[in-house]
Amino acid sequence: MALTPVLTAHWDEPDAFTIAGYRRHGGYEMVGKVLGADPDRLIQVVKDSGLRGRGGAGFPTGLKWSFVPQNDDKDHYLVVNADESEPGACKDIPLMIANPHAVVEGCILAAHAIRARRCFIYIRGEVPQAVRRVRAAVGEAYAAGFLGRDVLGTGIDVDIDVHAGAGAYICGEETALLDSLEGRRGQPRLKPPFPAVAGLYARPTVVNNVETIANIPTIARNGAEWLRQMGTEKSPGFKLFSVSGHVNRPGVFECALGTTMRELLDYAGGVRDGHELKFWVPGGSSVPLLMPEHLDVPMTYEDMQAAGTMLGTATVMVFDETTSVVRAISRWIHFYKHESCGKCTPCREGTYWLEQLLADFELGRAAQGDIAKVDEVCKQMFGRNFCPLGDAAATPYAPALKYFRSEFEAGTHTPAHELFDPLASAVFTPSTVGAAP
Amino acid sequence: MTEEFRTQCRELMARFPQARSALLPMLHLAQAEDGYVTPEAIRVCAELLELSTAEVAAVASFYTMYKRHRSGTYHLGVCTNTLCAVLGGDEIWRTLSERLDTGHDEVSADGTFSLERIECQAACTHAPVMTANWEYLDDMDVDKALDVVARLGRGEAVRSTRGPVIRPFTDTERTLAGYDDGLAGEGGTADAKMLAGVAYARQHGMSAPQAPERSPFDETSGTDDAGGAPAGDGEG
Ligand SMILES: Cc1cc2nc3c(=O)[nH]c(=O)nc-3n(C[C@H](O)[C@H](O)[C@H](O)COP(=O)(O)O)c2cc1C
Ligand code: SF4
Ligand code: FES
Repeated sequence: MALTPVLTAHWDEPDAFTIAGYRRHGGYEMVGKVLGADPDRLIQVVKDSGLRGRGGAGFPTGLKWSFVPQNDDKDHYLVVNADESEPGACKDIPLMIANPHAVVEGCILAAHAIRARRCFIYIRGEVPQAVRRVRAAVGEAYAAGFLGRDVLGTGIDVDIDVHAGAGAYICGEETALLDSLEGRRGQPRLKPPFPAVAGLYARPTVVNNVETIANIPTIARNGAEWLRQMGTEKSPGFKLFSVSGHVNRPGVFECALGTTMRELLDYAGGVRDGHELKFWVPGGSSVPLLMPEHLDVPMTYEDMQAAGTMLGTATVMVFDETTSVVRAISRWIHFYKHESCGKCTPCREGTYWLEQLLADFELGRAAQGDIAKVDEVCKQMFGRNFCPLGDAAATPYAPALKYFRSEFEAGTHTPAHELFDPLASAVFTPSTVGAAP
Repeated sequence: MTEEFRTQCRELMARFPQARSALLPMLHLAQAEDGYVTPEAIRVCAELLELSTAEVAAVASFYTMYKRHRSGTYHLGVCTNTLCAVLGGDEIWRTLSERLDTGHDEVSADGTFSLERIECQAACTHAPVMTANWEYLDDMDVDKALDVVARLGRGEAVRSTRGPVIRPFTDTERTLAGYDDGLAGEGGTADAKMLAGVAYARQHGMSAPQAPERSPFDETSGTDDAGGAPAGDGEG
């Protein structure tokens, strides 16, 4: 596998985020063609391409679209999930900053496929730069006649609204997002009914990740067979990967699915000089961590699952030997506790207890029995939650314990910061710390 | 709240199929007016949307970006989620908090700065990450953080590493409420980290497969052969 720049291909052009920059490379050419064809045609192309959702779960996109009732008289909605808040995930925000028009064109095409006239792009509020770039792109698309009434004389109307969230990880969960978009607290809804049947305002709705949507113009242009030249049968295509943490050149890497972590590490300049890989997390904090022995596992949905983890968002975090795994897990658990919406008991109470127990390990004051107690709390939580956040909170501990049991045992007598100097894991030189400005 | 605030709220409400969808933008707008969500703003939003104040307060308190006391002119965030924390975010937090004598969710004595330990900002490739009024300050270290604070405190212009010159908190909130600030062109397309993959691919002659001449949507004989070929099994 290899680097396959598609969405990122022109990011080194200073105006790539403008409509002029986008159109220079064929942008918006598919609008007239796709809107002039039967909507089912695009659904079929996307189905044939095997594109899977990029929001983490990998659900087949064409199949999702086909669940929307086709010829009812109801309003349909396309909702684009740009809430990117999973710890470690940093690919949707760069995409919106550098290539917002791919998102806008994707919305126009996808809206046609699912017979929606109205599309909402829900962007996390903490990144105004993404909000203004996407909003400007929408404005330029209106001015050029790609949005609004009777797009390019096809008789089809498409409108896009850009909506800023207000800081809540759970609003990335698709039904919580819909509640948030309706002006409520962002709490997940019971499924069924699924959004495809009763979503926004109880109308048929497709929720797709923003990277999924940005894939659509290229797939419409180049077809399913072209996409399938990349990736594997079950995980076709290209994907935005990112590599962050203890590597020499962290960044965004657009690769064919099936690229291995060994290859990605090479693209990212290797583990930072003088250090060695301790563990890595392939797709955000909600997926189990992996070890150096997993460097050659192809990064596909199916191979990651076979290795006991998930591809998730394909945004890799790399940690070297200076990192305390107890500190890392403890901080993630703190996050889930903070972000639990409180709707269901296992998650609300479980994260509350987990946070305290993990903090005890980090402070070196856990009791002997706590290793088993944490395990027990996680088991009690797992599979008993209303939405996947609760399961995610119960996920990181078990693999960490499996590979680094001695660090948890040490947490019964020695604080993590004594075992692992926090300044050693920092990427700036300790000599500058605390220096006067 | 001013009559203008009410007018703008009504504009926001008219944008949506159901008016209540405007509540999040309206609360951002309230923060653009006052620097936080005042009890009066909650009352006015409730009145306009025909909700109880309890319903609006329940929404306002759910989202971390809505503040219950006035933010500083510069609301500084230090990411202390795992990746940033491990890469030095904890040290940055400790130093800033000490230097400004201000804790999490607190405002400095002179009202210039408020501080928040923030969660992952979708910028881990640029860790350790800070934000000032939610504009990115990437690749921070302790010295850079102290320098930013010193410059902002002196009223000097500080530019986001991937965006515009940092404006007061209330201005960012107006942008989030839905008002164009004319700043979308600031900050360039992508920085070196966003370009890491493109640069490597160029250097090593890697690219996506050649695009076919024809698209499935180019009019052909009318067969609906949209490319449903048997799956390629990937070369790896
Ligand atoms: C707690 C939680 C947070 C999520 N956050 C996001 C997110 O920020 N962005 C996203 O696209 N999907 C997120 N998802 C997944 C969405 O629920 C949904 O599966 C996805 O938006 C569907 O789009 P796709 O089919 O294009 O992947 C999250 C799920 C959960 C449970
Ligand atoms: S699992 Fe957690 S986040 Fe999900 S609904 Fe239950 S309490 Fe809310
Ligand atoms: S952990 Fe700080 S930006 Fe992701």
